[in-house]
Amino acid sequence: MLKHLTSRLQKNIDSTLMTLISSALVVGLFTLYSASGQNIILVLNQLLYIVLGLILLLITASTHPKYYEKFALPIYISGLLLLSAVMFAGQFSHGAKRWLNLGIFKIQPSEIMRIAVPIAMAWYLSKRANKRHAIDYLIASLFFILPVMLIINQPDLGTGLIITASGFYILFLAGLNLKFIIGGAIGLFSLAPIIWTYLHDYQKNRLIILLDPSQDPLGSGYHTIQSSIAIGSGGLIGKGWLNGSQSQLDFLPERTTDFIFAVFSEEFGLLGNLLLLGLFALIIGRSLIITSPAKNIFTRLLAANIVLTFFTYIFVNIAMVIGIMPVVGVPLPLISFGGTSMTIILVSFGILMSIHSHKELVGSS
Amino acid sequence: MSFIKNSQNIYKSRYFFKRRLTILSGLVSIAFFVLIGRFFYLQIFKYDFYKNLSENNRIAVIPNVPNRGLIFDRNGIILADNYFVYTLEVTPSKVTNLYNTIDNLKPIIELSTSDLKQFRKILKESSSLDSIPIKTHLSEIEAARFAANKFRFEGIEIKSRLFRRYPKGTFASHLIGHINRINIEDKEAIKKLGLERNYKGTDFIGKLGIEKYYEARLHGKTGFQKVEIDANGHSVRILNNIPSIEGDALTLSIDANLQEIAENAFNKYRGALVAINPKNGEVLAFVSRPNFDPNHFIGAIDHDEWKLLNDSLDKPMLNRAINGLYPPGSTIKPFVALAALESDIRKPPFNIKDPGFFKLPNSKHIYRDWKPFGHGMVDIVMAITISCDTFFYGLGIELGIHKLSEFLSQFGFGKVTLIDMFGENAGLLPSPEWKQKRFKKPWYLGETVITSIGQGYTLVTPMQLGQAVATLANGGITVQPRLIQSIQNSQTGKIEIFKNKTVQELHLKPEHLELVKEAMINVTQPGGTAPSVGAGAPYKIAAKTGTAQVVGMKANQKYNPDRINERHHDHALFIAYAPAEDPTIAIALVVENGGHGGSTAGPIARKLMDYYLLKKVSSNKEVNKLSTLESEYHD
Repeated sequence: MLKHLTSRLQKNIDSTLMTLISSALVVGLFTLYSASGQNIILVLNQLLYIVLGLILLLITASTHPKYYEKFALPIYISGLLLLSAVMFAGQFSHGAKRWLNLGIFKIQPSEIMRIAVPIAMAWYLSKRANKRHAIDYLIASLFFILPVMLIINQPDLGTGLIITASGFYILFLAGLNLKFIIGGAIGLFSLAPIIWTYLHDYQKNRLIILLDPSQDPLGSGYHTIQSSIAIGSGGLIGKGWLNGSQSQLDFLPERTTDFIFAVFSEEFGLLGNLLLLGLFALIIGRSLIITSPAKNIFTRLLAANIVLTFFTYIFVNIAMVIGIMPVVGVPLPLISFGGTSMTIILVSFGILMSIHSHKELVGSS
Repeated sequence: MSFIKNSQNIYKSRYFFKRRLTILSGLVSIAFFVLIGRFFYLQIFKYDFYKNLSENNRIAVIPNVPNRGLIFDRNGIILADNYFVYTLEVTPSKVTNLYNTIDNLKPIIELSTSDLKQFRKILKESSSLDSIPIKTHLSEIEAARFAANKFRFEGIEIKSRLFRRYPKGTFASHLIGHINRINIEDKEAIKKLGLERNYKGTDFIGKLGIEKYYEARLHGKTGFQKVEIDANGHSVRILNNIPSIEGDALTLSIDANLQEIAENAFNKYRGALVAINPKNGEVLAFVSRPNFDPNHFIGAIDHDEWKLLNDSLDKPMLNRAINGLYPPGSTIKPFVALAALESDIRKPPFNIKDPGFFKLPNSKHIYRDWKPFGHGMVDIVMAITISCDTFFYGLGIELGIHKLSEFLSQFGFGKVTLIDMFGENAGLLPSPEWKQKRFKKPWYLGETVITSIGQGYTLVTPMQLGQAVATLANGGITVQPRLIQSIQNSQTGKIEIFKNKTVQELHLKPEHLELVKEAMINVTQPGGTAPSVGAGAPYKIAAKTGTAQVVGMKANQKYNPDRINERHHDHALFIAYAPAEDPTIAIALVVENGGHGGSTAGPIARKLMDYYLLKKVSSNKEVNKLSTLESEYHD
């Protein structure tokens, strides 16, 4: 029994990648303990989700990729249904309707779409690989435009942005002609004024405040000012674990979730930042290496997308915390507090490992 | 051949894919270097700058709390405003021994036990970083005396704060409501709405009435001041100042004069009144008696006073207009009559000979009319005019509870009116389904009998009854009742006028409405149940009296007001609209334990209509004299 399990683990789990991910999770738990004001309950809560996520990772890693391809559409549609359910039966919190209460626990369907959208797009584009027309890219785009509109409406600008980026990665990797990409970019820019009217007031504010944080030191600008102070005062080696005065003295808002990087940065300094970023780079690099031999179009699109989306999360979150992007509300993967987000990240790595361990078995399409 | 082509295609697309992935990987590397560059900038180049900021915490952000919006009546009379007060406040985190410091304060500023009690209560609910009032409303002399001794009291300051005031005291207290200190539940609610930022520095929030319902408009927008502070926390200079934006000014549809007349007319009686303009739904008067003084809630209502208000047998804190539940009594009859007419039964010349009681077939139980030996020949118009119970008993049975309940619900019985005030009660419109669910018992025919004269399970709020009368007066068209008339934006000065919203049109036959109106006019004429209400009026009044039993009476027991406790006297109800031909005011009111509707409740309605339609203020005596005419009636 045990032997069977270990051999299965050896077969399906890439131990190098798993070690890197676990290191990041440990760093995350320690940072969370400090950020939460040494709240062990919160840390245990997060640990619970990590355990759940790891179990799901094992399951997804040992599932053959052909099943993801086979069930791409049902996964996508049920995700979309959950997302629409939020609109009607969702729970309000912090001025947004993002959560769905399922009795025992609450989920954030927008997080589920993060994985459902690339699966569906990769499925569609690989299915049309041999006779692909321009219209196919348009149809594939609808796979992410639809949920993104629902998500921005919640409003959750951050997740909407990430899924949009993730959609573009697939289009780009699947071979969308450069003409269309440039055309699309121009189109998006000309749409900007219309999107602007569609945004909620607080989202507009955040974009304005990005340009001038001092505009609003009480509100969103306050986040950026306080996090800049935290990071800057961390210096080269940081103030030490549990010693970040900005973080511990309540100056830093949202410090267990979106702004957790500022806590880390204040306490571990530039060296800590470089090490953490290095760890993330290793995770990205290792992921690319193990999945690049994937022969089948679906799996290689999906794998590359998972890696690039993981990177986007890291980049958008850190860029926001250090004040070079608007405060859009995106968690730092593997580190920030948050159940659904943590679970989905681990699930996506599970899929990645499944693509890796089944690469020899996946024939050409 | 095709195999080669196919594999070439794959090779090509694989190559292509790799190229594109390489491009993206390049972008990823660049992005990482951008982040690293920014780390160097913040943590190496600007290290000293940020280290200083963090060590001294040199920048403080102080909220500029906005002035709360004013509230006016429809004619511009101020119902709620603000004024400046000196308060003595302490920030506990800056004080080493809080209670010693307070003791040292006592010789300088008089602190009553209730001041200290209140202080301890607020202290418990606040963070040690908050500035907590020890005493509000300091006199100039006290302020000066403290200023001279300030050096001895680190962490204690005199602040000038804006306080809410209700200049007319107890006037319209349930309508205007009041504000009070933000408590833990309010904080949760603010958090849920994502408004924490806008409530930084705000200590008070609307708790009741208009103050609560329009909180979002009245509060205004918090500004801020970014100041540089020295190590002692004193501000050195202002770096940035964004002023607050005052809350918007509300103009209510209430006519303060009319409201005052109504409140005075209640005298010592408990009860409630709602007056509505049936054409546009504007509520002209909104009374709940007894009142309370909302000014006592601001800053410091002490525990004893709160207990007194809450435990009083008179329940002054109960908003009777929307939360008082009363059996409608005979005021339901015009609506029941309409139900019969619309179902094509009981149309004139249909009439009955009333023997003074009603019996269900195969039953011995006697349902009495209020008049011992009956009214003689009665048709539907007469039945309303003289409030003949017997006529309605039989009518209800023939109509059946389902039809009756369904028709009455169209007039809003059993439903909230959605007036702009929180916590409205929906009343109760009974049906067999409701009874089954509530009591797990079947509906009895006898319950239909008493439901048709407004007794039994049916319960209404004065607001509901007011809306129903307004709908009747407006020919079956319900206009959403509301207390707001307009809101003036404090920044732009733009006035947002609220539009009338038609809720429903009932499409009642005009000739049926006409019959009911005729009957209701007759009520206020000699021969009706409230002739004094119509006596000498230069306009026509359509009305209906009602009486609701407070204590159940045995079948053969006679109600004798002189022999029972005043609190067990019947409630008097009255509905009216005028001028009957083209109504501009509809009134519903309840006088608790007021006895018969025509004699105690009717004169109050008449006073309101006289003022509203003629701008005439009739004295109490004048109307009371007339009401003696009616002592013989008792529906």
